[in-house]
Amino acid sequence: MKNNKTARSYLVNTLVIAAAFILFQVLTGLFGSEGDFKLVLVPSLWQCCYLILLAASLNLVLGFLGQLSLGHCGFMAIGAYTAALISLACERAGVFTDKAGLVYILIIFGCIIAAGLLAAVTGLLVGIPALRLKGDYLAIITLGFGMIIVNVINNLPFCGQDGLSQGSAAASLYKTGLGFGSKAKVTYLWIALVVTILCLTLMFMFVRSKYGRAIRAIKDDEIAASASGINVSSYKVLTFTYSAFFAGVAGALYACANSSLSTSSFAFTNAGILNSTFVVVMVVLGGMGSLTGSIVAAVIMFFVNYQIANGSWVAALPPFLNGVFKYPMLVYAVVLVIVIIFRPRGIFGTYEFSLTRLPEDVKKARARRAAAKAERKEAVSHG
Amino acid sequence: MAENKVPVLETKKLGINFGGLKAVSDFNIQIYEGELRGLIGPNGAGKTTVFNMLTGVYEPTEGTVLLNGVPLNGKKTHQFVAAGIARTFQNIRLFGQMSVIENVKVAFTKDVKYNLLDASLRTRKFWKAEREMTDKAMELLSIFGLEDAAELPASSLPYGRQRKLEIARALATDMKVLLLDEPAAGMNPTETAELLDCINTIRNRFGIAILLIEHDMSLVMNVCERIKVIDYGVTIADGLPEEIASNPRVIAAYLGE
Ligand SMILES: Nc1ncnc2c1ncn2[C@@H]1O[C@H](COP(=O)(O)OP(=O)(O)O)[C@@H](O)[C@H]1O
Ligand SMILES: [Mg+2]
Repeated sequence: MKNNKTARSYLVNTLVIAAAFILFQVLTGLFGSEGDFKLVLVPSLWQCCYLILLAASLNLVLGFLGQLSLGHCGFMAIGAYTAALISLACERAGVFTDKAGLVYILIIFGCIIAAGLLAAVTGLLVGIPALRLKGDYLAIITLGFGMIIVNVINNLPFCGQDGLSQGSAAASLYKTGLGFGSKAKVTYLWIALVVTILCLTLMFMFVRSKYGRAIRAIKDDEIAASASGINVSSYKVLTFTYSAFFAGVAGALYACANSSLSTSSFAFTNAGILNSTFVVVMVVLGGMGSLTGSIVAAVIMFFVNYQIANGSWVAALPPFLNGVFKYPMLVYAVVLVIVIIFRPRGIFGTYEFSLTRLPEDVKKARARRAAAKAERKEAVSHG
Repeated sequence: MAENKVPVLETKKLGINFGGLKAVSDFNIQIYEGELRGLIGPNGAGKTTVFNMLTGVYEPTEGTVLLNGVPLNGKKTHQFVAAGIARTFQNIRLFGQMSVIENVKVAFTKDVKYNLLDASLRTRKFWKAEREMTDKAMELLSIFGLEDAAELPASSLPYGRQRKLEIARALATDMKVLLLDEPAAGMNPTETAELLDCINTIRNRFGIAILLIEHDMSLVMNVCERIKVIDYGVTIADGLPEEIASNPRVIAAYLGE
């Protein structure tokens, strides 16, 4: 009986995702070449895709495993540079000559997978020593590793300041290699969507298996988890590695969506969206331990960031308020504080949105609210 | 019992120091299959510390723990569990945010065969293993009358049921020796009686060895075949319940000299 339910929910989810995807492809076909769709919506979707992957993958470590890692963007940087360099190498070796056709698409997917794998290997190497520490110590050491990774990349001759990041190679990333222009972004948007959906599915499958149970147990109580036969350190390293893989994939998508790469965009001091604290804010906002929450939060934070950067109302504000928006990190900090005060467990908490369970969940939430109201009334009448 | 058999659990000269404090010293015990042993002693005597050494939480400064004759020196807690020693905690340690049945399933993890690929692709192997796990977990929960609470968060259970769930979780690790640390602490007499019933049930059903810590002497007297008494980390008596009850050193320790 329960199995039927699961099968049904898998079917419903697959159908809904497929339908949405097809609808989207039709829309792309209709409006793809036009102004706002091409110049605003599609680039935004690319950005949302890699933000979602970043937030969801960090949630595995932060929300499910309960370990604070501040170096997530380091893995993303590795993914981005791996994808960019491989695509460039392929282009120079003449594997593809124009940015179209089956070979090109295969290379894109190859780059994405390679990006994930290299990030995962780095995650493994960082995780083995780092995860011996806990709490603030782990946060600091992962922060350090994140900075080290970015610095190492910066000093590699073929990708640092003299290589990909600046000079001729950067330009060629756009003209050749990956680096989509706005037209290619529309054409290959489906790749971003498919990759994001696939990765999210993999993360859901991970969380809803013995792995997810084990890491949630570790989060709740490490001693009890090991007393229940869980090899705490190996599950920690596994989760960290798995999470780094998806951060690497997010990096590859980033490389596709940008015409040039610069290590400073992944640095901890970056005031934009690609720094590890921003990712932490997304995870906390969405709910630590809710992948669907991370998806929602990534989209929200994308909007916040977009409005700060492009919203016309910001410019219309009085100068003393306007100034705040020059420092986006300040705004994110305020968002974080507001979340912690009013909804300490994030928007979703550990709740996972589910299409098939939606009616049930809504009913339950209503009942809870009614009960709370009744209780308050009772308290008032007694008091 | 069959004295020529290898004991399931044996310790040799087990001892531990915390800084200068000798918390436990020269602790020797042999437990055979199907046996129910008691370990008693006043507060702070070192009972929980013995359990921590028997499960790899503390590394003993001297001595060895042997399971079926195999020494477990230097192993980590999860390896002790894999070898067959499971425990409960004096201050309950459940996975509070997880459901009751998940708490039990966590303990099956080490024996589950499917890998990450099976989980990602939801292969037949995955479903089979998960189904078996659910069935086995429900079976265990029903021994303790917890099957109706399977989907509730563990932290929402009343105290007595949390204790039972912790035992169920320990049983799920498929162990040979079960260590219970003051399982009746904080329970009323009815709950305690119920718990003793459970302990007897699982003992008969699984044929395991049990080592039971109890602060309250009268309780162990009724159920344990042999009792060991420690005070200030030193063994002061070891024998049948009636011998223990009349031992002047034990009486002195309990009355506080
Ligand atoms: N980790 C530790 N560090 C220092 N002292 C400890 C530690 N664990 C236990 N002790 C000391 O060992 C002694 C025995 O404690 P315990 O085993 O908890 O007693 P009980 O018999 O009540 O379970 C106590 O004096 C306690 O303070
Ligand atoms: Mg104790």
